[in-house]
Amino acid sequence: MTSETLTWLIPLPPLLAFFLIVLFTNRNKALSHWVALIAAGLSWLAGMVVFIRAVTTEGLSEHPFAQSIPWLPTGDTSLKIGIQIDPLSTVVLFFVAWTVLMIFIYSVGYHNFGQPAGKHDRKGLPPEGAEVKEKKGKIIHVPSIEPMYSRFFALISLFAFAMFLLVVTDNLLTLYVGWEIMGLCSYLLIGFWYAKESARKAMIKAFLTTRVGDVFMLLGLAALYSLTGTLNYQEILSNPVVLGQLAGALSPVFGLSWAALIGILIFIGTVGKSAQFPLHIWLPDAMEGPTPVSAMIHAATMVSAGVYLVIRFFPLLSAGWEPGGAVTTPMLVMGIVGAFTALFAATIAVAQNDVKRVLAYSTISQLGYMIAALGVGAYAAAAFHLVTHAFFKALLFLGSGSIIHGMEHGVQHTSEHIDPQNMLNMGGLRKKMPVTFWTFLIGGLALSGFPLVTAGFWSKDEILSGAFKSGNMGVFIALALAALLTAFYTARQITLTFLGKPRTRAAEHAHESKWTMTLPLVVLAVFAVGAGWSGIPADFPGLGGLIPNWFEEFVGSMLHVEPVEAVHSLVPLFTSLIVALGGLALGWVVYRGLKERIDPLEKQIGGLYTVLKNKYYVDEFYQAAIIRPANWVANVFTYKFLDQTIIDGILHGIARFGVWLGNGLRNVIDLPVVNGAGDSAARSTRGVGMYLRSKQSGRIQQYMVIAISLLVLAGLVIYFTVGIS
Amino acid sequence: MEFIENHLLTLILFTPTAAALILLLIPGKNVKVFRWGALAASLIPFALTVFAWARFNPVPNPATPFQFVEQAAWYAAINASYHLGIDGISLPMVLLTTLLTPLALLASFSIKERVKPYMILFLLLETGMLGVFMALDLMLFFVFWEVGLVPMYFLIAQWGGANRNYAALKFVLYTMGGSLGLLLAIQLMGVAVGSFDLVTLAEKWPTIQSLAMPIGIPLETVKTIAFWAFVIAFAIKVPIWPFHTWLPDAHTEAPTAGSMILAGVLLKLGAYGFLRLVLPLFPAEAQRYAWVLAALAVAAIIFGALGAYAQNDFKRLVAYSSINHMGFVVLGVAAAAYTWNATAAGTILDRNIALSGAVLQMFNHGLSAAGMFFLVGVIYDRAHTRDLNEMGGLYAILPVYGTVLIFTAMASLGLPGLNGFVSEFLIVRGVWPIFTLATALSMVGLFFTGAYILKALKLVLHGPLNTRWEGKLTDINARELIVMAPLMVLMLLIGVWPAWLLDVINRAVAFLF
Repeated sequence: MTSETLTWLIPLPPLLAFFLIVLFTNRNKALSHWVALIAAGLSWLAGMVVFIRAVTTEGLSEHPFAQSIPWLPTGDTSLKIGIQIDPLSTVVLFFVAWTVLMIFIYSVGYHNFGQPAGKHDRKGLPPEGAEVKEKKGKIIHVPSIEPMYSRFFALISLFAFAMFLLVVTDNLLTLYVGWEIMGLCSYLLIGFWYAKESARKAMIKAFLTTRVGDVFMLLGLAALYSLTGTLNYQEILSNPVVLGQLAGALSPVFGLSWAALIGILIFIGTVGKSAQFPLHIWLPDAMEGPTPVSAMIHAATMVSAGVYLVIRFFPLLSAGWEPGGAVTTPMLVMGIVGAFTALFAATIAVAQNDVKRVLAYSTISQLGYMIAALGVGAYAAAAFHLVTHAFFKALLFLGSGSIIHGMEHGVQHTSEHIDPQNMLNMGGLRKKMPVTFWTFLIGGLALSGFPLVTAGFWSKDEILSGAFKSGNMGVFIALALAALLTAFYTARQITLTFLGKPRTRAAEHAHESKWTMTLPLVVLAVFAVGAGWSGIPADFPGLGGLIPNWFEEFVGSMLHVEPVEAVHSLVPLFTSLIVALGGLALGWVVYRGLKERIDPLEKQIGGLYTVLKNKYYVDEFYQAAIIRPANWVANVFTYKFLDQTIIDGILHGIARFGVWLGNGLRNVIDLPVVNGAGDSAARSTRGVGMYLRSKQSGRIQQYMVIAISLLVLAGLVIYFTVGIS
Repeated sequence: MEFIENHLLTLILFTPTAAALILLLIPGKNVKVFRWGALAASLIPFALTVFAWARFNPVPNPATPFQFVEQAAWYAAINASYHLGIDGISLPMVLLTTLLTPLALLASFSIKERVKPYMILFLLLETGMLGVFMALDLMLFFVFWEVGLVPMYFLIAQWGGANRNYAALKFVLYTMGGSLGLLLAIQLMGVAVGSFDLVTLAEKWPTIQSLAMPIGIPLETVKTIAFWAFVIAFAIKVPIWPFHTWLPDAHTEAPTAGSMILAGVLLKLGAYGFLRLVLPLFPAEAQRYAWVLAALAVAAIIFGALGAYAQNDFKRLVAYSSINHMGFVVLGVAAAAYTWNATAAGTILDRNIALSGAVLQMFNHGLSAAGMFFLVGVIYDRAHTRDLNEMGGLYAILPVYGTVLIFTAMASLGLPGLNGFVSEFLIVRGVWPIFTLATALSMVGLFFTGAYILKALKLVLHGPLNTRWEGKLTDINARELIVMAPLMVLMLLIGVWPAWLLDVINRAVAFLF
């Protein structure tokens, strides 16, 4: 099979699985998960074959695997859609295929396949657990299977389809299709346990917040399509003539060039999807969904799609920029938004106690890292961090799901009323859950950028050195501080959950998850370490050059510019070493041996801690400044005032005028004149009149009069206005 | 066979009338006869339309722009003739009408009272709507325009909800008020040109030099007044903001099937009027006032969405959504009007895309609005309330219904992969270079489209189950699924592969304008 045909086929199995499960197999849980797993496996297989063929192809960036067909007839031409595999989509396809497959496998265990159904379990709520009689007659509590098990697999299959579609496509329109379908899946999966009030709120918040970005992005799409007549990547992004024209033409907004305006519009889409400030608020709440969803959608793939988009459109965003020269407006915006988000979210993560929320803010922060990298022109570094982050963040999320599972087991066992997700209730899980502990440790170290052995170190180091080389010290310092905080909260998280002594009885009774959950952890842990070796910079002291910097060569070939020789400096390297090790050590020192269930920082930094814990009150601000006014405009202004008072008021006024006029005419003409003329005629007229009145409450005449008088009025107005002009 | 081919449009048009007359003559109270009879009869025009679609040549021929043309003498004295014909714009509308009517009739099987007159009125309604889409004679057009009103008035007033009299009257008087000006303008034009034939009028009226009438008003003014008479008549029907307040009342009070047809087809009559009459007959005036239309379209998009968001009545929310969606159609029409004499290839393409999008949006809205109204009806039949705040958490007890509702709501929201997105994208793309600011502002409406759809889903399906419904509500039944299935298949089909429909529209639009 040709690589092109194979690429077309990559997204299809999960889509088929979705329809199969929804229409046919949804009553059979085992069949449903097999359908989904086989589909994900087929996509993975096709993806890997394409990956291997792609990396062994010379000059892939100039001659990608590409094929397209006409889709939308417009005038004499048509808009084509198709597939394209170039170096960037190759590496993204790689991590998407792996993480998706791992998450699918993990979901089987996470949703307690093989366990009995709980007596009190209801659709729309997380399973509460079942009671089983042991042989000796003793009743024990065990986890129960998710009541909506099949629905879960249907939805994640649809999601996987959309993500694969987004990766293999060759144009912005189909990317947008995949983008939005993922948005729908995200909405449905965040609200998977829809009967929970908090889930119901979170699902809407996620959809609408990202939609803010999406409508801007749609405008960017329309503008780009109008100006270039195409949405194909090759025709726009690999075409210096088109890019030059876009960069040279002035748009009507703020004196920006069209390239800059479109770039910013597209970037706003990313701000929504990749949860950048100020549209970051949905992601932490999205943790309401089941943990595999958090791993897949809100760490490894969907939020990555936003970053993928801006990496993809980097040639447009940077149109007119020479490496080493002044950055373009979109790059400046990205640098500021990314660096700010990276630091901002990292500070919030420090004060969160929910094991998943820490990771959520960490994700926001790391995505900010990638955006900032693009802002300073570190293209390959951004892509590199995208890949490594996908692996270790998926690992961390799945690990946190395993922790929660273990804790829930302890809670069921002890009937203790505590929050199984709160890290202060944990401690000492290292011995109870060894596989989870070791894999989580690897993921955590990768996230903190632990030197040399973890993938996160290499990618983060590249970004820091990119920021340093670009000379943008503001971005460099913000990112360095963010890295310090990242290491700190990671050490805090690991120390609070795994180290020390259990702080609750539930934590004492936690136990390791099943192999379906731990196997994906192990696989992802391998990548969380190994993925970094593909991108060791050639100028790295000692190690550089031992393994070729394959990643930068491969993905960097996408940019058709020669990177300038940068100044060699050890400052970024030492910075990344210091912040990673320093942050880890500090976190461990502060939280080790914690006995009581209170964060020691709370006492020490007091008010600041409260602000951080409440996420700088951004949600409250939006509630007061945007949501409430919007509700007012809809309910009071538009509906009650405009429609019901003004417009209907005018109509009813005209109607009343009609009644008045009709009655007047009747009293002045009908009664005295017509009645006087002939009694019998009057009687019959009145009979008919009364009949009609009772039937139609007399309003026909009124409205007729209204209509005619309106027309006459309109006619007169036009007559005079036009007559004058 | 030859007879069928030569009189295809007449057959499609009058089969429902004939069936209505037959039903009228059938005595007895057996409701099954009337239900199944009407349904079977309404399938004939649908089958004939599919046949017409197969025979239709999508490439327009300049010599015969309309196909399946039939012409016969009618009011010879005033030069009005029975002249029918369809092109790539009317064909999708005819298909929409003949498709939605059987579905609406099937949806009407839950009507228990006075089934016979109900079914007869419904069939007559179909003839009225189809006539508008097929007529190539202004007089004929007007007759069908008015004919459609009468059955709908009775459907609302007789089988409607609590406030049905107010709603029915508001609907009928508002529309008729608009029609008065239309009638006068039509007569004026007919007398001035000496023919009511649309093809002749489109040729002569825009370039007419003088009126052969003793009116002491400049020609320009007369044309402008006639233009506004047309615009107001159609604006009320679409409806364009601020002529829209009849719609929420009429749609909310109408019986379920009535709302399906009202939103699905009747609103399209107004938009079709813009495309078939206003643009070809008044190109210069339309261009001059295109900005007004664009501004009102944006107002409809934004205020329609906000109005929908403000509702707590499920049906009223869906009704307001029509104002929002039809606003995009008008926006596309306004952009086309503004650029009717453009010669730059790029602008011609923009206009073409905007208009294709507008026609496709008409079709798409027909599918999704009909589907949404039907689904509101399904829940109302069971719960006897439309108050969103009294529902909640119903997904747990109505899983199939919930899935169908989410699907349809997403089509209405314009989710890529389903039909609504394709047309909205085309309109946004086409209008952007022409009315950039208006397009940007319409995004506010697009955002709130998401907000009101999700509000409805949230209050109906999600959240804690309102315990009063536990064990009381049954899931959507087979008949109801059969009503939804064709709609859902088409929504998906157009979303995934729009070319089969868009190709016909695109060619017709490119040829016409």
